[in-house]
Amino acid sequence: MATSESRRSFIGFAFGGVATVGGVFSLVAMKKTWDPLPSVKAAGFTTVDLSGMNEGELRTIEWRKKPIFILKKDANMAKDEKRDVIVDNATYTVVIGLCTHLGCIPAYAPSEGLFKCACHGGEFDVSGKNVFGPPPRPLDIPPFKIEGTKLVLGEEGPEYQKMIAEA
Amino acid sequence: MAHITKANGIVDWLDQRLAVKKLMNVLMVEYWIPKQINFLWAMGVILTVLFTVLFVTGLLLVMYYKPDTALAFDSVNKTIMQEADYGWLWRHMHGVAASVIFLIIYIHMLTGIYYGSYKKGREMIWISGMLLFVVFSAEAFSGYMLPWGQMSYWAAQVITNLFGGVPFIGDALVIWIRGDYAVSDPTLTRFFMLHVCLLPIVIIMIIAFHFYALRIPHVNNEIAEELDFDLEAQKYKNGDTKGSKVIPFWPAFLSKDFMYICLFMIFFFYLVCFKFNFAMDPINFDPADALKTPAHIYPEWYFLWSYEVLRGFFFDIGSIKAFDIGLAAFGIAQVIFFLLPWLDRSDVVKPAHARGKFFVWFWILLVDLIVLTVYGKLPPTGINAWIGFGASVVFLALLLVVLPLITRKEKE
Repeated sequence: MATSESRRSFIGFAFGGVATVGGVFSLVAMKKTWDPLPSVKAAGFTTVDLSGMNEGELRTIEWRKKPIFILKKDANMAKDEKRDVIVDNATYTVVIGLCTHLGCIPAYAPSEGLFKCACHGGEFDVSGKNVFGPPPRPLDIPPFKIEGTKLVLGEEGPEYQKMIAEA
Repeated sequence: MAHITKANGIVDWLDQRLAVKKLMNVLMVEYWIPKQINFLWAMGVILTVLFTVLFVTGLLLVMYYKPDTALAFDSVNKTIMQEADYGWLWRHMHGVAASVIFLIIYIHMLTGIYYGSYKKGREMIWISGMLLFVVFSAEAFSGYMLPWGQMSYWAAQVITNLFGGVPFIGDALVIWIRGDYAVSDPTLTRFFMLHVCLLPIVIIMIIAFHFYALRIPHVNNEIAEELDFDLEAQKYKNGDTKGSKVIPFWPAFLSKDFMYICLFMIFFFYLVCFKFNFAMDPINFDPADALKTPAHIYPEWYFLWSYEVLRGFFFDIGSIKAFDIGLAAFGIAQVIFFLLPWLDRSDVVKPAHARGKFFVWFWILLVDLIVLTVYGKLPPTGINAWIGFGASVVFLALLLVVLPLITRKEKE
C-alpha cells in the first residue's frame, strides 16, 4: 500500500537523521578527547636567562618537551636579519632543535658551524637554515618574548610577531 | 524448540543444544582442501598459531606492564624480566613472535603472488590479507613503543611526524595524535590502548573475514587447476578418497599442518631460547630521552624496505621537496599491493614459472625488496643513498609500470 510505503520511508529517514546527529556529536567528542589536556597546554612556558652565555656557546634547553637550541653568535658567524634574535645587543639563534624532516635532534659541530642530523643526513647552518639533505625548511623558531636579558618561550612577543610577519 | 531427548553422552547433549556436529562439519570436516599444495600453504596455519602465541603471552605481559612514561621502562626491564617468574620467557616469546610473524606474513604474501592466488575470484582473500598486513604493522609499531626505550621513543617521534606531511592540517594532526606537543605520556597511554585493545579486536575480526573469504572461491593449488569442489567432495564422500582431488580440512589436512607447526615451533623456540637478541635492539635498553637522538634510527627489519622507500628520495626535484616525494612514495608502497589484482591485467591464473615474463618480474621484485631491506639498515650517505634511490625507483616502476605492461601482453 502506498501510504504505508511512505510511512516506512519516513521512519527510515527519521531514524537516519537521529543517527547522523548522534554520530556527528560523538565523533566531535571523540576528536576532542584526543586533544592535549589543559594541564599539558598550560605547562607550555619556559624562561631562560641569557646573560651568562659566552660567544659561540650553544645551550640546549627543554620547552614543551622539545629541545631548544640557543646559540650565541660570535663575530665570525654570518648574521641573518630575518632569523636572528637580538637580546641585550647580542645576536642569538633560537630554534626548535628538531630536524624539519622527521623530527630527530641534529648534533652541533662547532668546527664546521653546522647542525647535522644523523638520521637522514640533513644539515643546517648556524642560523638554522637547511643547507643540505632532505629537510624541507629551516629549523622552526619557537614563539618567544624578550624581557631584558631573559627569553620567555611560549609567549609571542612583538619581536617574534615581527619576525613571523616578515617571513 | 527442537525436540530434546535424553542424551547418550556429552557430545550428544551438546549437539542437541548447539548443533556441534553440524558446526564441525561446516567448519572442518566438510571444508575441502585441494590435495596438490605444498608446504607454502601451511603458512596460514602457522600465522594463526603465532597470533595465538602473541595473544596469550601478551595477556601475561600486560599483568605487569605499566603504561606510564615514568614506570614503563622499569616495568618491562626490571619487573617482567627479572622479578616475575618466567617473565623473561613471555617477553622473549612475544618479541620473537612479533618479529617472526612478519617473516611468515611475507612468505605467505609472496606465495600468493607467485601462484596467482590474488586473481579472478580470490580478490577479497587478497584484500583482506593486505588489510591484515597493514593492521599488523600498526600493531607491531604500537607495541614497539611500549617498553619506552630510546628506539621506542624515536620510532614514535618519526612515525607520528610522518602525519605532519598531510597537507594543511599536518602540524595540528601530529599534536592531536600525540596528545601533547611532543611524544610523551598521553602518546604512550593511547598507543597502549591501541596495542592491547582496539587493534587486536580489529585483527581478530579481519582474520575471521579472511577465513570466510577463503571458503567461497576456495584455496588455490600448486598448478592453479580449477577444481569442481562439489564434484570432488562428492567423490571423497562416496569413498573414492584416492580418486578425489580434495581432502577434508579435518582430520586429513590439519594432520599435515600439525607436522609443519611442530617443525616451526622447534625453530621458534630455538630463536626464543638462544637467539632472542635479534628481536631486541640494544639501543632500546637505554631509557627514552627526549633530548638525545641515537646516532642511527632504523625500524625493525620487517619495515626496512618501506623505510628505505621513504628516505630513498633524498633530493628535491624541481619545486617538489624531497620530503614530500619520499612521503608520497612511502604512501604508495603501503597501499600498492592492495591493487595487485588489478595491476595484473592478465586473466591467466598459473604459477609464476608457467608465465614467462611474470616469473622474471617476481624474482626482480623479491631481489629489489631484499636490496631495500639491506640498505634501509645502512646509513644513508654517499653511494648508499644512490643505491637506495635506485632500488626505490625500481620498486615503484615494477608495480606501477612493468606489471601492467607485461601482463597486458600476456593477455594477448
